[in-house]
Amino acid sequence: MSHKATIPIGPYHPLQEEPEFYKLVVDGEKVVDVDVRIGYNHRGIEKLSESKNFDQSIFLVERICGICSSSHPIACVQAIEEIAGIEVPERALYIRTITQELERLHSHLLWVGLAGHFLGYNTVFMWGWKYREPICDIMETVTGNRQSYGMMKVGGVRRDIDKEHIPYILERLDELLPKVDMVKGAVLDDPVLHARLKGIGVLTREAAIDYSALGPTARASGYDIDVRRDHPYAAYDRLKWNVITQNEGDVFAKAVVRILEIYESVSIIRQCLDRLPGGSIDANPKDIPPGEGVGVAEAPRGEVFHYVKSDGSNSPVRHKVRAPTYMNFPTFRETVIGQTVSDATIILAAIDPCYCCTERMIAVDDHDRTVLTPQDLIRLSQEKTLKMKDRIHKVC
Amino acid sequence: MKIDEAVKKIKDRFGNKVLKVYKHSEKRAYVDIDHDDIVPVMTYVFKDLSFRFNIASGVDTFEGIEILYHFAHDPSGIVISIRVLLKDKNDPHIDTVTTVTKSAWWIEREIHELFGVEFNGNKDLRPLLLSDDWPKGVYPLRKDFVPPKRDSRKT
Amino acid sequence: MGFREKILTKSINVFHLSSGSCNNCDIEIIDCLTPRYDIERFGIVIVGSIKHADVLLCTGSANRQTIPIIKRLYAQMPKPGFVVVFGACGASRGMFKDSYNTGQPLDEIMPVDAYIPGCPPKPEAIIGAIVKLITKINKR
Repeated sequence: MSHKATIPIGPYHPLQEEPEFYKLVVDGEKVVDVDVRIGYNHRGIEKLSESKNFDQSIFLVERICGICSSSHPIACVQAIEEIAGIEVPERALYIRTITQELERLHSHLLWVGLAGHFLGYNTVFMWGWKYREPICDIMETVTGNRQSYGMMKVGGVRRDIDKEHIPYILERLDELLPKVDMVKGAVLDDPVLHARLKGIGVLTREAAIDYSALGPTARASGYDIDVRRDHPYAAYDRLKWNVITQNEGDVFAKAVVRILEIYESVSIIRQCLDRLPGGSIDANPKDIPPGEGVGVAEAPRGEVFHYVKSDGSNSPVRHKVRAPTYMNFPTFRETVIGQTVSDATIILAAIDPCYCCTERMIAVDDHDRTVLTPQDLIRLSQEKTLKMKDRIHKVC
Repeated sequence: MKIDEAVKKIKDRFGNKVLKVYKHSEKRAYVDIDHDDIVPVMTYVFKDLSFRFNIASGVDTFEGIEILYHFAHDPSGIVISIRVLLKDKNDPHIDTVTTVTKSAWWIEREIHELFGVEFNGNKDLRPLLLSDDWPKGVYPLRKDFVPPKRDSRKT
Repeated sequence: MGFREKILTKSINVFHLSSGSCNNCDIEIIDCLTPRYDIERFGIVIVGSIKHADVLLCTGSANRQTIPIIKRLYAQMPKPGFVVVFGACGASRGMFKDSYNTGQPLDEIMPVDAYIPGCPPKPEAIIGAIVKLITKINKR
C-alpha cells in the first residue's frame, strides 16, 4: 500500500498561508520525490544593474542578501577592478578581509541558532542570536550599520577603521570565544544531537562534485574547496588559517564545519588587526574601459560569483550574479530522497539556504492531497528530538 | 596547472574548433568555440581536466545571444570562460549540457526564460524565476525589453 | 470598537510576512525576540497564522508573484487589524522601484498604519514604532 502525500515546506519565515516552497512527495514517512519552484523573491536585480552606474550597482548588489552583505559587494568590485586592472591599496585589502570575516562570524552564529530552533533546542537559538549581538555592535563600529554595510567601492573601501576602535573590537572577540565554546559543547557533545543529526541527509563527495556544491556544504562532504585559499582575494594570501573539512557529508558534519570556522574567523580578524598597514584606503579610479571581469568571494555559504561586462560607459552592459545557494539547493535531490519527513526541515536548513540570494522557493500545491504547513514540519522535527531525548536518557 | 597549460590542452584537443583565445591575465582566459561543439568541450573541461562548473551567463549583443560557461580550477585558482555565440536571435538553439553535469539544471531554465534560448534535449525548461502569468515571448534580459517606467502614484 | 482595539494594545500578536525582501529586515525582526531586546516581555508575540494576528508586519518590495497573496492575507486578517510596513523596500520599493518584477508599493495594495523606515531599521527603531502605533491606536 503506498499512499502518496504531497507536502510543501517553507522556511522559518513563512511567506503565506498556503506555504508553497518545496513539493515533497511522501510515501508513508519516507520522502520519495522532491521538486522546487523558486521565484518569489525575484526583484530583477541583474536587469536593474544595467541601468545604474558602477557605483550604484554595488549598493544594489548589497541588498541581494542581508546575510552575505559584504560578499556580494566584494565580488562585484573585484570583477570591475579586474576589467580596469585597478590595484587596491593594502590597507583596504585588510579592511575588506575584516568585514568578510565578521560577516562569516555573525552568519554562522545565526545558523547555529536557527538549526537549534528547528530541532527544538530553543535555548541554543537564544544563545546563538544573543552572542551574535556583540558582532553586530562591532560591525556598527567599523562600518556604521548592523546589517547592510556599504563598505565596498571600486578601488578600495569607503570607511577606515580608527585606531581607538581596535581595542574595543579585540575585547568583544575575547568575550565571544568562551561563549562559542559553550555553544560548541552544547551542540557537538550532546548525544541526542549525535543521534539526531549523524547519518542524516548525507551528500557524497561525488554528488557534491557533480552538483558543484559550494562552501560548508561541499567541505562537509570532503570536497576541499575554499575561495579564500584557491582564488585568493583581499588579504587572505598574507594570513595563516585552516580550511575546515569533514568527510561524512551529513548534517552533523555541516554543523561541525560551521562551528569550527568560527574559531578560524576570529583568528583571521586578530591577525588583520595586528598587521593593519597604514596608507590610503582608496585607489580613486577614474574610468572603467571596455572589457569583461569575473569576481569571486567566499560568502558564509560558499562561493559568490559575479561577472561584469563593460563597454566603456558608466554602466555595466551585463552583470551576472550567482549566489552559492543556487548551486547548493539542487543537492536537496540527493540528500532528502529516502529520508523521513521529520528530518526534511533540518536537512534543508543544513545547507544554510539564503532564500533571498536564490530567489525563494515555492511549490505548486496539489489541492487534493494532504498538506502540512511549515509549522507542522518544524513541529515534527522538534517532536522527533524529544522522542530521541527520552529514549537516550532512559538508557543513560 | 597554469592558465597557459590549460588553454593549450584545450587547443590541442580541439584543434581549429577553438575559434579564438583571449588571455586576460594569469588567472582569466576566454575561449570562443562554435555552439555545436559545446557538449564535447564541456565534457573535456569538466570531466577530463576536472574544472568546476561555476555558472553560465547570457548576454544579448548586437551579433546575437552570447552564452559564457564559466569554469574554475580550484587547485590552480584559474577561471576559464567558454564563449558561444547564437547568431539567430529569433530562434536561438544550443544543446543542453545537463547530460554532462547536473549543476547546469537550473541555469538552463533561467537562461531559457530570461533570454528565450532553447536547449535541445532538455525536457525540463519550466520557468524558474518568473511568475506563471508572465507573458510568453517577452524576455526580460534582452536589450529590446525596456521595463515600463511607471510612477504608480500618478495613475 | 474602541474597547477591542484597546485590549489589542496590551498584547500584540504579529504576523510577519516577507513579500520578497533581502532578509535584512526579517533578521532584525527576529533579533527583537532575542535576549538583548526581548519584546516578548511586552506581550508582543509572532504568530504562525494570519487568523490569530492583530498586526500584519510586512517587509520587502512586493513583486508579481506575491501581490495576490498579500491581498488574500490582508482579507483574511481579522479586523480590527493593523498593517505595519517595514523597511525602505516595504515603504516604497526602495531601489527596486524600476524593476520589471516589482509591481506596486505595499501601500497601494492595502491600507498601512505605520511605516518603519530604514535599511534595515534597527531594533530600537522597531520598538519606537511599536510605541507610536500603540499611542495611535489609543488615541482613536
